[in-house]
Amino acid sequence: MNTAAPLTDDLRSLYQEIILDHGKSPRNVRVVEHHTCKAQGNNPMCGDRVTVTARVSPTGVLEDVAFEGKGCAISIASASMMSEALAGRTVSTAQQLFSAVHDLCTGKTDTDQAKAALSPDLGDSLDKLASLSGVRQFPVRVKCATLPWHALMSCLDGKNQATTEK
Amino acid sequence: MNKAAALNTKPTYDVMKVRADFPILARQVHGKPLVYLDSAASAQKPRQVIETISRVYTSEYANVHRGAYFLSEHATAAYEAAREKVQAFVNAASVKEIVFTKGATEAINLVAATWGRKFIKAGDEIVLTAVEHHSNIVPWQLLREATGCVLKIAPVRLDGSIDIAEFAKIIGPKTKLVAVAHVSNVLGTVLPVREIAELAHAAGAKLLLDGCQGIVHEFVDVQDLGCDFYVFSSHKLYGPTGIGVLWARLELLEAMPPYQGGGDMIDTVTFAKTTWAPPPAKFEAGTPPIAEAIGLGAAIDYLNSLDRVAAAAHEKDVLRYAMSSLAQVPGVRLIGTAPGKASVQSFVMEGAHPHDLATVLDRSGISVRAGHHCAQPLMEILGVTATTRASFGIYTTMQEVDALIAGLHKAQQVLL
Repeated sequence: MNTAAPLTDDLRSLYQEIILDHGKSPRNVRVVEHHTCKAQGNNPMCGDRVTVTARVSPTGVLEDVAFEGKGCAISIASASMMSEALAGRTVSTAQQLFSAVHDLCTGKTDTDQAKAALSPDLGDSLDKLASLSGVRQFPVRVKCATLPWHALMSCLDGKNQATTEK
Repeated sequence: MNKAAALNTKPTYDVMKVRADFPILARQVHGKPLVYLDSAASAQKPRQVIETISRVYTSEYANVHRGAYFLSEHATAAYEAAREKVQAFVNAASVKEIVFTKGATEAINLVAATWGRKFIKAGDEIVLTAVEHHSNIVPWQLLREATGCVLKIAPVRLDGSIDIAEFAKIIGPKTKLVAVAHVSNVLGTVLPVREIAELAHAAGAKLLLDGCQGIVHEFVDVQDLGCDFYVFSSHKLYGPTGIGVLWARLELLEAMPPYQGGGDMIDTVTFAKTTWAPPPAKFEAGTPPIAEAIGLGAAIDYLNSLDRVAAAAHEKDVLRYAMSSLAQVPGVRLIGTAPGKASVQSFVMEGAHPHDLATVLDRSGISVRAGHHCAQPLMEILGVTATTRASFGIYTTMQEVDALIAGLHKAQQVLL
C-alpha cells in the first residue's frame, strides 16, 4: 500500500542523492591517529552527538579530519563531507569554508555569492557542501547541518565541547 | 431507547463530534490536513477551554484572594471552583490537598525542595525506575547533591514492562521515597503502581507518582492508587499550559515547609517572624495562574461531558490499530509493547533517523515527536539514541493512523 503524495521540492532538495549517500555511507568515521585536537558536538534538543578529531601540522594545515557519532542523515552527511573537504586545507581556509557553509545553511547567501567570496580552488568543495543548504527551508534542521562544523571549530579553538544551543 | 436497552448497547464514541470541539484540528500544515500525533507532549485544546480563558480575561478577571469587590470575589470563586473540580477528578479526600503549581515539573521540584529537604537525610535511598522522564530524575539528583541521599534505579524489561519482583529487590530499609511514572511517556507502559505502593509502604517509604500521562489515559483515584503524592500538568489534559497540580495527603502537606515565600502563603508577617497559611495556600506564593486554573477546570468539565469509558476504549482501539499497522511497515520496530499499555507508541525505522522521519512526515501534515523524549537514560537502556513517537488522544482517528503509515512509506522513498 502506498498512498503517499508526490515528494515536495524542498524535501528533494534537503535529501539529495549526495546527502543520502554520505548519510548512509559516511567517510572518515574513525579517530584521527595522533590527533592534535578533539571536540564533541552535542545537540541537546535531540541528543545527537558527534566527536570530531583532527591533526593540525605545525604550519597550520589540517592533515586529517575524522569523526564518530550518532545522528540524523543531515548531521552525519555534513560531518562526512566536512572531513573530505577539509583534509589538506589550512586552518584559515577551514574557517572560511565553515563560514560559507553556515551562511548557506541559514540562507544568508546563495552558492554563487559564497563562491565569489572564496578563492577559486575551493569551488569544487563548496559545490558539494552547498548540497547541505537544503536545510534553509527547515529551520529546526539547520543545527543538524552545522553541528559537526561547530565541533571542529571548537576543537581548533582548543575547546573540547560544542553545543548547538548558544 | 429505554434504560435496559441503553445498558446493553456497546458504548459508541463519536470521534468526529469530539474533533469538532478542537478548532485547530481543522487547519492545514504545509497544505495538508493536520494529523496531530503528539498529544503526549502537549494536547490540543477544545473550544470550551479556549472560550473559558477568553471569557475570564474579557469579563471576569481580577486578582484572587485580595479585593473585597465584585470581580475579585468572582475570580476567587472561579479559581477555587477549579480546585474543587480537580479534587473530584482525582478523588482527593479534601480540597486542601490540591496545590496548584505551574506544571508537573514544578510539583516534583516542590516535593524535592520541601518534603525532601526536611525528611531525606544522607544515606537515605530514593527509588526511581529506568523509564522516568528527566523531570522525575533531575530534581532528585539536586536533592542528592544537597543531602547526600542515594538514588536507586529499578530496571525495565525490553518490552517496556516492569518486573515487580526485580522492583521489590531495589526497595529496602533505607528507602524513604519511591518516585515513579504512572504511565511511561516513551513506552506507554502503565506501571503496576498499586503493587509498588504496597512495596513502598511496607518499607516505610512514601510513593510519588508522576501522573503526566497517567491522568490522561487512566482513571485516577489517588486514594485507591495508594500513593502519597500525585503530580500532573494541565496542558497534556487538554487544558492550558502554565498550570499543574500537586496532590498530597493533607498530613504530608501540613508537615512540609513552604516552597517559596511571598504573598498569599502567609498567615501573619512581622519582621521578627512570619507564620504560614495552611495548605494549599502555603505552597501558592504570589499571584497564581488564575485564568489557567479556571481553564484547567474547563478542561475537566469538558472531559466529564464525554463518555470517558468510551473515549478510553476508542484510544485503545486506535493504539491497537496503530501497533498492527506499524508492525507491517518494512524495517519498523515497535519500542514499548507492554501488555495493557496506554496509547503512546514509539518506534524506530531501519535506515532512517527519527529526525529525518519527523521532517518528512511534517511535510505531509503529520506532527510526531522525534528524539529522546526527555528520557536519555531509558534510550541508553533500549540501545537507541532516539525514537519516533506517535501518541494518540481522544480526537485521533483510524484515518490519521493510515496517514502516518502512508507517510512512513513516503519517508522510505525519500530516505532509503
